[in-house]
Amino acid sequence: MNKNIMPPVIEIGLLGWLRKNLFSTWYNTILTLIGLYFIYLIIPPFLTWAFFDATFSGTTREDCTSSGACWVFIKQNMKLIIYGLYPSDELWRINIAYFLLTVSIFYLLIPNLKYKGSVGIFLLFIFPVICVFLFSGGLGLENVETRLWGGLFLTLVIAGVGIVLSLPIGIMLALGRRSKLPIVSLLSTIFIEIWRGVPLITVLFMASNMFPLFMPEGVNFDKLIRALIGVMFFSAAYLAEVVRGGLQAMPKGQYEASQAAGLTYWKMMALIILPQSLKIVIPAIIGSFIALFKDTTLVLIIGLFDFLGIIQFVGTNPDWLGFSHEGYVFAAAIFWVFCFGMSRYSQRLEKKLDTGH
Amino acid sequence: MRPSKFSNFIFNRNVQGTFYQAITLSLVILGVYYIVQNTAENMMARGLASGFHFLGVESQFDIGMTLIEYSPTSTYFDAFIVGLLNTLLVAGIGIFFATIVGFAFGIMRLSSNWLIAKIAETYIEVIRNIPLLLQIFFWYFAVLRALPKPKQSIEFVDSVFLNNRGLFLPDPNFGEGSSVIFYLFWITIIISISIFIWSKRRQNRTGITFPAFYVSAALIVGVFFAALTATGFPVSFDIPELKGFNYKGGMRLIPELVALTFALSMYTAAFIAEVVRAGIMAVSKGQTEAARSVGLKEGLVLRLIIIPQALRVIVPPLTNQYLNLTKNSSLAAAIAYPDLVLVFAGTALMQTGQAIEIIGMVMGVYLFLSLFTSIIMNLFNRIMKVGER
Repeated sequence: MNKNIMPPVIEIGLLGWLRKNLFSTWYNTILTLIGLYFIYLIIPPFLTWAFFDATFSGTTREDCTSSGACWVFIKQNMKLIIYGLYPSDELWRINIAYFLLTVSIFYLLIPNLKYKGSVGIFLLFIFPVICVFLFSGGLGLENVETRLWGGLFLTLVIAGVGIVLSLPIGIMLALGRRSKLPIVSLLSTIFIEIWRGVPLITVLFMASNMFPLFMPEGVNFDKLIRALIGVMFFSAAYLAEVVRGGLQAMPKGQYEASQAAGLTYWKMMALIILPQSLKIVIPAIIGSFIALFKDTTLVLIIGLFDFLGIIQFVGTNPDWLGFSHEGYVFAAAIFWVFCFGMSRYSQRLEKKLDTGH
Repeated sequence: MRPSKFSNFIFNRNVQGTFYQAITLSLVILGVYYIVQNTAENMMARGLASGFHFLGVESQFDIGMTLIEYSPTSTYFDAFIVGLLNTLLVAGIGIFFATIVGFAFGIMRLSSNWLIAKIAETYIEVIRNIPLLLQIFFWYFAVLRALPKPKQSIEFVDSVFLNNRGLFLPDPNFGEGSSVIFYLFWITIIISISIFIWSKRRQNRTGITFPAFYVSAALIVGVFFAALTATGFPVSFDIPELKGFNYKGGMRLIPELVALTFALSMYTAAFIAEVVRAGIMAVSKGQTEAARSVGLKEGLVLRLIIIPQALRVIVPPLTNQYLNLTKNSSLAAAIAYPDLVLVFAGTALMQTGQAIEIIGMVMGVYLFLSLFTSIIMNLFNRIMKVGER
């Protein structure tokens, strides 16, 4: 008997893999062929359009002579797309914020570094304050009106404000809804369900049409702040439900043990319950952030020029008519990178935080 | 030292609870009062009367697409109904296609065929991570508005035409006698349901099976075609024809509607696919193995063991996605499809200035839909919970 005999060649290696995963039965073979045909229909034409036949260099519309995409359109309007109408002399202020944000995020992404907690606290609490002064002015900086804000910058501002402010409100609402005090619980429930039950557009319409009526004569918020308040409450209601899920997942023993140790309600929540339950729901929280980031595009309906809004806007410029495909594909690519990156990060975090109970 | 009566009182949990609640309630009431007060003053200053009297007033604007009779002389309330129906239409069509595409991709994602699973995964990951509004813009501005003129329309089997004016479909025309077919169709369906119930009961009692599915399918199809022939094919199709610069006849779907429903269904399908995948994966492998070892055939394993258990997991998040689709249909405002938000919270609000009443009504509609769905879901969960250990 020969013990060194190899398995048949079609059972191992590349051939074996192909046979097992693509051609195991006759209908799998047909499915594979159909799949390959679809890929052939979509991928090569797209790559030809976007890269091989595309124009990358030039400055005006006349340089777009090739049959493929003309990325000159994006290149020429890059400043508008990234900064909006922000005054050219003040762009360094936004650049500083971009720089700080990128550095801190990369720092958080690299595994096994010290002081990650401090960087996180900086990003959540100190960075937004710096941004307020940097962007709108004050402390010796020139005032820049919010109607000049736009592009990717505005999208990040809205998403950032929504994320940073909605989390604490969401946590308070979740605690309120789970509270044993009937009035607090009822009020929180009503608040959460109203915001969750309506589409964000109606919230934004409400923010732009009704908030001015709510304020006393003479007090006038600008459009951006009204939109921000709407976005903040909307996303807080969704986060509240996510956090409540985490609170419900806590075993009752945790509550009882902390009460037995003599902790007050707030100490029990802050030291025992919330740290554990927030950890469980981190992936879901990031999921809400992704949804919020995608939803920021809706502000263009009430007349703010966010990233997508500015791309729509430059597409209507008479010098660049007919390049909407390039604009949309570029916007889609940027949004996709942000959202996909966040979802992959949350998956990684989920694995890392899973200490196994 | 014994604690004094006063500190006993202060640190009593019930007393503290009542105290906190009183503070919260008074803060909320104060806030609401402040807002109401300001609103009343502001409306007085702008010369606006509150109330719903404006609903009976002539609207004086036209709407591009209406399912019911509507003209500029109709009232604001009619405009509200038109917008509501247009929203429900988009939601209905969108839910139908999103379910089909979503289930297809969800099952593909679990395929043992590596390529098919990867294609489904790519679709889901690409579509889910791009904002819906961007996708709607893409389909509307970059695809449908860029289509050729009616003369160079894209044709399918000489009866469906797609061009920059919209999608033209054959319009069914029900002639005399078609109501007979309609009634017969429903009667056969009722008979089939009774056959199912009877065969199930008999099987429970005696164990003898009856091919209920094939019998009722044959009954429905057979009677349908027999009736068609007997009445002499009363259903005809009005096929769109090119006359001058545009198509006449048939059914025309405006490009806004096509773009919106297409984008909504593709977007929601990606989420439904994930729901379906999670539902199927939630049924443990032991269930399949146990069912096989009892001797059930593959088809029965799926029908009796896997699908009922998977559906229990799938249905609640699925209805949630339907609700999301309905709420997302409000993005119609961005491409000027006349839905509830655009017609009522847009045009009507601009003309009347009745911000509070109008936004209240629009939000009320969506809130009603949400609450209604969640009540149905709670009922569903209660019924489905019964079989559980």
